[in-house]
Amino acid sequence: MAAISKSQSRRQFLLDMAKTACGVGMFGLGLGLYSKQARALPPAAIRPPGALPEPDFQGACIRCGMCVRDCPYDILNLAKPEDDLATGTPYFVARKIPCEMCEDIPCVKACPTGALDHKLTDINKAKMGLAALVDQETCLNFLGLRCDVCYRVCPVIDKAITLERVHNFRTDKHTMFLPTVHSEHCTGCGKCEHACVLEVAAIKIFPVQLAKGALGKHYQMGWEEKKKAGQSLVAPEIKHQYNLPEGFEYEQGRGLVPGGSSEAAPSPAAPGAQPGIPQALHGDKL
Amino acid sequence: MSANNKIGADAVMEKGWLSAHKWLLLRRLSQLGILALFLLGPLAGIWVVKGNLAYSLTLDTLPLTDPYVLLQSLLAGHMAEKLGLIGVAIVIVFYAVVGGRAYCSWVCPVNMVADFAAWLRHRFGIKSGARFSRTSRYWILAMTLVLAVATGTVAWEMLNPVSMLHRGLIFGLGSAWAIVMAVFLFDLFVSPDGWCGHLCPVGAFYSLIGKTSVVRVNAAQRAACNDCMDCFVVCPEPQVIKPALKGAAKGIGPVITSANCTNCGRCIDVCSKEVFGFGLRFINKAENNAPQGEAAALGNRP
Ligand code: SF4
Ligand code: SF4
Ligand code: SF4
Ligand code: SF4
Repeated sequence: MAAISKSQSRRQFLLDMAKTACGVGMFGLGLGLYSKQARALPPAAIRPPGALPEPDFQGACIRCGMCVRDCPYDILNLAKPEDDLATGTPYFVARKIPCEMCEDIPCVKACPTGALDHKLTDINKAKMGLAALVDQETCLNFLGLRCDVCYRVCPVIDKAITLERVHNFRTDKHTMFLPTVHSEHCTGCGKCEHACVLEVAAIKIFPVQLAKGALGKHYQMGWEEKKKAGQSLVAPEIKHQYNLPEGFEYEQGRGLVPGGSSEAAPSPAAPGAQPGIPQALHGDKL
Repeated sequence: MSANNKIGADAVMEKGWLSAHKWLLLRRLSQLGILALFLLGPLAGIWVVKGNLAYSLTLDTLPLTDPYVLLQSLLAGHMAEKLGLIGVAIVIVFYAVVGGRAYCSWVCPVNMVADFAAWLRHRFGIKSGARFSRTSRYWILAMTLVLAVATGTVAWEMLNPVSMLHRGLIFGLGSAWAIVMAVFLFDLFVSPDGWCGHLCPVGAFYSLIGKTSVVRVNAAQRAACNDCMDCFVVCPEPQVIKPALKGAAKGIGPVITSANCTNCGRCIDVCSKEVFGFGLRFINKAENNAPQGEAAALGNRP
């Protein structure tokens, strides 16, 4: 009798244990899937400076909020459960309030886990995100005006944003000053997005991996390779041979100029024509 | 049950209300006091403590780190910075002395929610009870650790009611209230002491830290027990009491050695015979020559 009840109770015990294990396992699976879903960062949420790349960040950050507390400009928030990113992790929204790029980076210093990497000591090397002028149709500078605000507020002015001069083909007499972001120097602080004068910013900060393209690994920039090697790598450079009137040379930017070639001296210009310019270019038929 | 059916009524009658609620009051003072210290910063701009229960810095010098969340982070493949590690050492040593689950009854904000649900259950005689194993919490604990390894993230923190409530109270609750409400309703209608006594992996983790903790509740005056059972009713982990209270005949010492005793002291409060008290783990001699007759006589006192 005793033996039977003992084995029975053992069976019951094992059954209970299996039930618990299964229940917990299912629960774990659900939670795992849910956590997977939250691994990608929504584009508007920017991590503080020095944040490890996602999802490493979500393994390192213990959601203590020390970074939030030590930010003197109070720009950081901890995500709430209803927010679109991992609950309790810190972020800021550039359009609302951007990072002031404190020189001593107190948020990073406050982080007890290194989820904000303590190796970041120069705030200019931060990569919180990357600015991109996404809407060229509304950017005032693209419309030919001189707004320049994003350029002016950029703490890394003339490196992270430059104004590239381009001919304005609409008026055909002005120049457009196009704000152009350079990923090498942009810290993603969000000052530009925050300051953009439009109703909705034309320049926005994105997580780097969202904003940045990537060339195929096999791509090489000919001009860079050439600079490295000190000569063209494709084929020996041969001076381009133009089919030109005798005694003339073609020069980039200047057009035909008398001289050069193997001929001894430029032949005298035809009478009546401007010296140095072949007749064909005076409007005469060839 | 005690004569007039209300738990602890005898104790109130014999000891007076205050000493029949002494540890409860001290506990609430501790729980609310800790919360108040955390809130003093954001609400009044007085920064005694920064952070939350996951990690905090007190007076800009004392780091305290939750070992459970840090372990998850470690398993997710990340090593903390120096302050974080110092903080974890301090916390482990502290709870290894005062009892791991003292975290539950003296610090954790969910405890107040769970206690309230338990109080309502007794008050309104809600008897429903899905009963499942108290070891479930260790399974869940293991699952959360496996999950950290598998996902490379601190996945449990996306759901953990303990950190959600505490962080929420300090940094903004958002919809975290729903998860706390779920715990409350679960305890109230589905399972008595369901969350803290059966499921919570945080409590399970701290129980492991306190496996050999120094400060323990004991039933030193167990000979005086009159079997009113009030302590069993009021204890969130009643299974821990029996060996210490009733083990005299088997030569078991009067110290409650189970790691799941939360050192809340409710049994001390609620006992009209002053059977229980706080003491040290080592002072645990069974009264080998305790005359059974005398014990029985005491127990049968009217
Ligand atoms: S660098 Fe300064 S402003 Fe920016 S997040 Fe850190 S503390 Fe805040
Ligand atoms: S201080 Fe570090 S660990 Fe704490 S919330 Fe900020 S990033 Fe996370
Ligand atoms: S985010 Fe904008 S303002 Fe900040 S560094 Fe980049 S370009 Fe400059
Ligand atoms: S069991 Fe969990 S929720 Fe309950 S008091 Fe302990 S840590 Fe808090």
